[in-house]
Amino acid sequence: MFALGLTGLLVRRNVIFMLMSLEIMLNAAGLAFIVAGARWGQADGQIVFLFILSMAAAEVCVGLALVLQIYRRFKSLDADAVSEMRG
Amino acid sequence: MELAFYIAAIVAIISTVLAITRLNAVHALLYLIVSLLSVAVVFFVIGAPFIAALEVIIYAGAIMVLFVFVVMMLNLGKAAIDMEKQWQRGSMWVGPSILAAILIAEVAYLVAGPGAAVYGAAAIEPKQVGIVLFGPYLIGVELASMLLLGALVGAYHLGRRTPEKEKRESRNGIGTHASGTAPGGDLVRAGADRPSGSA
Repeated sequence: MFALGLTGLLVRRNVIFMLMSLEIMLNAAGLAFIVAGARWGQADGQIVFLFILSMAAAEVCVGLALVLQIYRRFKSLDADAVSEMRG
Repeated sequence: MELAFYIAAIVAIISTVLAITRLNAVHALLYLIVSLLSVAVVFFVIGAPFIAALEVIIYAGAIMVLFVFVVMMLNLGKAAIDMEKQWQRGSMWVGPSILAAILIAEVAYLVAGPGAAVYGAAAIEPKQVGIVLFGPYLIGVELASMLLLGALVGAYHLGRRTPEKEKRESRNGIGTHASGTAPGGDLVRAGADRPSGSA
């Protein structure tokens, strides 16, 4: 699932899809933590998932605000358009 | 119980593959929501009911609502109206609803069925999680609150439209829809409030 998210991040050039792939990757990492925590019967895996969850929420906030700003500037969601920025 | 785990995992993988291959953002969002729900079912099966509830509430609730808000705000104009007509007569909702129906049947079986049996080790109760969270990981909680505060301020700063920037953009001929998207700042701010309150 992490590989799927990484593939999506690399293949798609739309900023929204790249953010969604990031979500998938974070989710896959959290799933791995939960499974490891359940395997050894520790609560630490769930703690780490809580941290991943809050980090994903913060990342999505800032990322979507950046997407809005990019759309206002460039009238496009293509990631290649932004790479032509100078300075 | 093992079968339920594998069914939920297969649904998660299928919906994730479909989510990253859709061309339309809203279709991909639907599949992504189904993927998150199936991951929540996996958590429930594996013995983490608290995390499963958090996954549904925060990921499938708050974060996906943020995505839907932004997609709806960006899809402006006539193309969006045409697309909406296409959605209403199209059958794009069949795929996500089939996958979601599989998940609902599975959850109904888990709740009404034998229950209590957990795939893997014993279930980790929310009480244990809370004790560990506010014991050795207290500094992590504080750091998470600082991170959310920073995200709140950052999203507010990025999402607002400063007057002088608008003036500059309109002079350059870039900001052609200065009045059309003004409520966008409010939406971003309202969305930025949510995760810091829920986490």
